[in-house]
Amino acid sequence: MNTNNSAYEMRVDSMSTDNKRTMSRELRRQRSEEISKAIRYIILTVGAFIMIYPILWLIGGTFKDNSEIFTSISFIPSHIDFKAYADGWHTRTQYNFGKYYLNTFMYVIPKIFFTVASSTLVAYGFARFEFPFKKILFALFMSTLFLPQVVIRIPLYLMWKKFGLLDTYIPLIATSVFANEPFFVFMIIQFLRSTPTYLDEAATLDGCNSFQRLIFIILPVLKPTIVSCLIFQFIWSFNDFLGPLIYITSLAKYPVSLALKMSVDTSSGVVAWNQILAMSFIALLPAIILYFVAQKYFTEGIAASGVKG
Amino acid sequence: MNKSKVGLLYILPWLIGFVFLTAYPFLNALVTSFTDYNLIGSAHFVGIDNYISLFTKKDFIKTINNTFVYTLMTVPLQLAFSLIVAFILNFELKGIRFYRTAYYIPSILGGNVAVAVLWRFMFQQNGVVNFILGRFGIAPIGWFSRPAGAMTIIILLKIWQFGSSMLIFLAALKNVPKELYEAADVDGAKKFRQFFTITIPLITPTIFFNLVMQLNNAFQEFNGPYLVTGNGPLNATYMTSMFIYDNAFKYYRMGYASAASWVLFSIIVVITLVLFYTQDKWVFYSDEG
Repeated sequence: MNTNNSAYEMRVDSMSTDNKRTMSRELRRQRSEEISKAIRYIILTVGAFIMIYPILWLIGGTFKDNSEIFTSISFIPSHIDFKAYADGWHTRTQYNFGKYYLNTFMYVIPKIFFTVASSTLVAYGFARFEFPFKKILFALFMSTLFLPQVVIRIPLYLMWKKFGLLDTYIPLIATSVFANEPFFVFMIIQFLRSTPTYLDEAATLDGCNSFQRLIFIILPVLKPTIVSCLIFQFIWSFNDFLGPLIYITSLAKYPVSLALKMSVDTSSGVVAWNQILAMSFIALLPAIILYFVAQKYFTEGIAASGVKG
Repeated sequence: MNKSKVGLLYILPWLIGFVFLTAYPFLNALVTSFTDYNLIGSAHFVGIDNYISLFTKKDFIKTINNTFVYTLMTVPLQLAFSLIVAFILNFELKGIRFYRTAYYIPSILGGNVAVAVLWRFMFQQNGVVNFILGRFGIAPIGWFSRPAGAMTIIILLKIWQFGSSMLIFLAALKNVPKELYEAADVDGAKKFRQFFTITIPLITPTIFFNLVMQLNNAFQEFNGPYLVTGNGPLNATYMTSMFIYDNAFKYYRMGYASAASWVLFSIIVVITLVLFYTQDKWVFYSDEG
């Protein structure tokens, strides 16, 4: 009896130390897990603050006067006053910023429309059809994805000059008519490859021709990808600086990017910096609004373009 | 119509564009680079004179140097930051949308002239950056008056925009099977080690893609240096792309500028090809990929 008992106790004892050991190991593991989690949050938060600080400072700066701009690291202004916006909007030229905004949309809107239309057609052709020389044509297409644009800029300029189309928006728009930005075509091809073809096949049996299939079957599924293309092309062509710099020479046709650059260059002497900051913020506003309205299209579009690359 | 030709019809817009807006200009640039074409009058064939004069002139060599420094500083740092932040964001976190936004927004705005304006402000002698450094007892730095300072500004501007490659990495990380990390957890491998032994090898295709794209961009960088620092002190931030722009569109030396653009193009292509050929040494594509 006794021996049995002690044996039993011994077993219980050893079990409990075992348990204790595993429990303390478990606790330690949990604690180190929590610590590493906390470290992750701290790194991320500090990093995030550094990343958005310049933007916040810009926004704050639009409400500050010159002395406050240069002596305060706080992005919170001491008072709120929209005077800088009103004054900056008028600019020192004969046009106000509204004119430059309109000018920008004059080429940005056709450009995004043509980009989406032509890229969809071309992507559809590559993703859903077999045709002669497809392999080599597709290889050429892919190579343009990596082609440094710098090498074709001068001949294109000379070409538009020959056509007498300098200082018009046509050179800025024309490439988009021909699906000449492979990024978008590639994005749509990637998406089409991952969608099943049975709907296409069913539609063919029902007597749809290839164009009807594109309109009624493919386009509806393609909608999110197309929205991503629209958004990226909007932001890229809105931000584009080198294109207008090369092709647009008359002030009356200046887009926002050139007008803003000019307002910085011509401000010598006593400058109301807050006006320049205010107009800078106005120039960023479309992209910021678009991001918050359509966040998921940004992330999904970027993801689709790169993952399977 | 022959059914096999339908596809050709759909890619026709691209094909036309490819011939007239890519292939033709591409070859045209090469031909122009052997001439003295300057917009006025006709072009004369000058052989490789343009190339000789490029490589014997210090200012062009200087721009090539600057471009290499800029690229070698920005691309690795951008890749490192985007990879690390994506790795951390890939853990299940609260507030991921906030963090993703904070890290991504500079990439969306970065190309805008407004950001260049902002950068010029922040790095002025009495600007906010020097003010912050002053708090830590660092004397004001003449960012724009010192060659290294000017280069640092535009490098920081580029690195700041690592968000889009971060998103690409994040999407790739989502495809790494969770079980691998769980197995490593059981084996007691630290997160730090997991990053190098699991994460990196599995996403080498994405690293490769980002690397090629970013090299391509960095070598052609124009906006940042042009708008923020200009040529910089002692031409410290004078990039090859700016050299090409100046010669082509300011001085109208089209032949000379075309030659410069072909030099830059060749550098990019050679580096890209080298990367493509070394791929099988370090890039692992999964079988079904």
